[in-house]
Amino acid sequence: MIDKINRWKLLASAALLIAGTGLAQAQTLRIGLQDDPDALDPAKARTFVGRIVFTAMCDKLVDIDDKLNFVPQLATSWTYSEDGKTLSMKLRSGVKFQDGTPFDANAVKFNIERSQTLNGSMRKSELASVESVSVDGPLAVSFHLKSPDSTLLAQFTDRSGMMVSPKAATELGDNFAQKPVCSGPYKFVERVAQDRIVLEKFEDYWNKDAYKIQKVVYLPIPDTTVRLANLRSGDLQLIERLAAPDVKTVKADPTLQYATDPGIGYQALYINVANGDRAKTPLGQDKRVRQALELALDRDAINQVVFEGVNPPANQPFGVTSPWYDKDFPLKPRNVAKAKELLKAAGVTGRLKVEIMVATSTLEQQVTQLIQAMWAEIGVDVSIRATEFATLLKEASTGNFEIAQFGWSGRPDPDGNIHTFVTCKGGLNYPKYCNAEVDKQLFGARAVVDPAKRKVMYDAAQKILLDDMPVIYTYQQSWNWAYAKTLKGFKPYPDGMIRLAGVTLQ
Amino acid sequence: MLNLITKRLAVMVPTLLLVAVFVFTLQHLLPGDPVLALAGEDRDPATLDALRVQLGLDKPVPVQFVYWFGNILHGDFGTSYKTGEPVLALILQKLPVTLELATLALIIALLIGLPAGIISAYRKGTAVDYAANVVALSGLSIPNFWLGIILILIFAVKLKWLPASGYVSPFEDLSRNLQTMILPAFVLGNALAASIMRHTRSAMLSVLSQDYVRTARAKGLYEPAVVLRHAFRNALIPVVTVVSLLFGELMAGAVLTEQIFTIPGFGKLIVDAVFNRDYAVVQGVVLCTAIGFMIMNLFADIAYGALNPRIRA
Repeated sequence: MIDKINRWKLLASAALLIAGTGLAQAQTLRIGLQDDPDALDPAKARTFVGRIVFTAMCDKLVDIDDKLNFVPQLATSWTYSEDGKTLSMKLRSGVKFQDGTPFDANAVKFNIERSQTLNGSMRKSELASVESVSVDGPLAVSFHLKSPDSTLLAQFTDRSGMMVSPKAATELGDNFAQKPVCSGPYKFVERVAQDRIVLEKFEDYWNKDAYKIQKVVYLPIPDTTVRLANLRSGDLQLIERLAAPDVKTVKADPTLQYATDPGIGYQALYINVANGDRAKTPLGQDKRVRQALELALDRDAINQVVFEGVNPPANQPFGVTSPWYDKDFPLKPRNVAKAKELLKAAGVTGRLKVEIMVATSTLEQQVTQLIQAMWAEIGVDVSIRATEFATLLKEASTGNFEIAQFGWSGRPDPDGNIHTFVTCKGGLNYPKYCNAEVDKQLFGARAVVDPAKRKVMYDAAQKILLDDMPVIYTYQQSWNWAYAKTLKGFKPYPDGMIRLAGVTLQ
Repeated sequence: MLNLITKRLAVMVPTLLLVAVFVFTLQHLLPGDPVLALAGEDRDPATLDALRVQLGLDKPVPVQFVYWFGNILHGDFGTSYKTGEPVLALILQKLPVTLELATLALIIALLIGLPAGIISAYRKGTAVDYAANVVALSGLSIPNFWLGIILILIFAVKLKWLPASGYVSPFEDLSRNLQTMILPAFVLGNALAASIMRHTRSAMLSVLSQDYVRTARAKGLYEPAVVLRHAFRNALIPVVTVVSLLFGELMAGAVLTEQIFTIPGFGKLIVDAVFNRDYAVVQGVVLCTAIGFMIMNLFADIAYGALNPRIRA
């Protein structure tokens, strides 16, 4: 009799054990990334995929919601002083780093100073406006600024706002990236370069009930076809940056789901207007030629033909649905007759020759070929120079281009999508466009916190820019994900990050 | 024999130095700026300058070379620009993966190529010969990346028999390791099998018409013994040369195959490093590959000696 009971107990516990392991396996989420991240240290990191991994591993002071509003994460509230030169924050209580040390105001001060001074830090320019950080209490800090900086909050939603454990950072020094310690919902387990990054749930996370997945594995798989094949074979449950031509396949597959967000990034044609000798063309010297080229574009056709309709047309550095979009300059339909008139007015006789430089990516080259066909109709002959991306950037920065076509992944604050590209000394102003009034408005918009006032300034700058047209925006760079039907609760975000709160696997 | 080996080793030293200089110069002739590639979207000029100083790229190229080569003589291959990991550790981590892939591919290639070559030579002019030739030709002509993707679609997506890509260490899980390796090894081996088959066939054909083969047959030897022991062994010499040269093709093929099947090996290491302009890694990898080639050639020379006493002098 006793034997019998024991046997039952044994069977029951075995069954539980099997069920348990089954559950644990089901809760490992395997995500396919397009590239292998670089150093896993928020201060040193440079890659987009690195940010995806950080999103699970490192909490930030501030986060964004799916409408790009700032929402609390490690900071629970914040206020700017009257003169805009002090940003004060209240911090969340009861937060621990993954090594068990507590998160507090001193940790914030440590992190900002680390990002500002660490050898090899990529955050120095993002935090350039911060003069000092003062600890106002155990859970209260103030950032004292050299001059008002309305973009700072947006920096805190990204790597500049990620807090690492001061203890681990001090102890590990240069090796921190090999064993990062943050305060996010998932802690670092292991990394094999070019193969995988493994994270597991941090049981002392302040909001741990929102996270159901036990283990996350990120696998860099650069080839989009292979990435999708891994998802379809069940080896992965989620992939990022699904290629537009594959959207149809995913929608047709009953075991898969598709999610998209128009994003905050864009693709554009940068026109050399003052960067060396190659700017000395009708195209570089006469804005009417540039306006004609814009009018000859059929952005809808580009979206439909190359992108299956997932990359909406864009004519400004902000998407049509963005609150920063200037509605006085809506997308214009293609107008070949008017484009020809403009060319004539600019004194262009005969066929105009221009060169477009583009990265060696299939889809981007297809876009260029379409543009080539569209512009041929107004008498402009395009030659296409396809070059690998690192080379393209080098050529663009040294002025060896007429038109360079490349994209920008976008920033939550409007400043990040426009300032560096068109201000006279902007770091990414490859066309070397320079207009004192544009500079005045864009620097002004940095110094004001009130969004309504900033909008007026951005509109004033855009009015000039959309007339001078050193940059022709072509389409929004949407984010596309594909995932298994068994994955529930996945939500797309405009910054392209993968947030795992509320995500479950069945 | 020992004499031969020392001679070969002595020649390796100047060759290596030449390779080192060549790799370094070639690298700096590549268009594109490593700092631009590294900085990604954070590429404002101030950041780029800081990165340049941090990586020592602000110094003149000859000075950089002296630093780099001096460190290598001390066993220090530098650290990856991208991830900050030591290059030597990366190489040691990736090399076994590619060696496993290359070995499996070679085994598959030999298993297909040798028998096919022998049979088609023995049955010259028959349907079997033509069929083997057609298969060999298609093996040579089908590009690796296409075959790889098609096999993934068939065996991983449709049939779900094998994982689509990735890698598991054999020490972690041997059966899973073989599952992930079989497709890439086949893709890589298939192309080699074709050239092994062609070389075996022509070598066998010339040997089979030799007098001593006829003599062996006249002695009334069992036919398989004639073909395998007498003919095949002598036909092997050119085949060994080809196989040792194929090592180069294996490494080159591994570059593409590893990229498709996302196997974290040597080939993928170098492709990614080139795209990221990770000079330290590219230089380390190319140098190691050069050493690998030299060692393979040395082995080939030794193998000739073992197979043919006349070369042993």
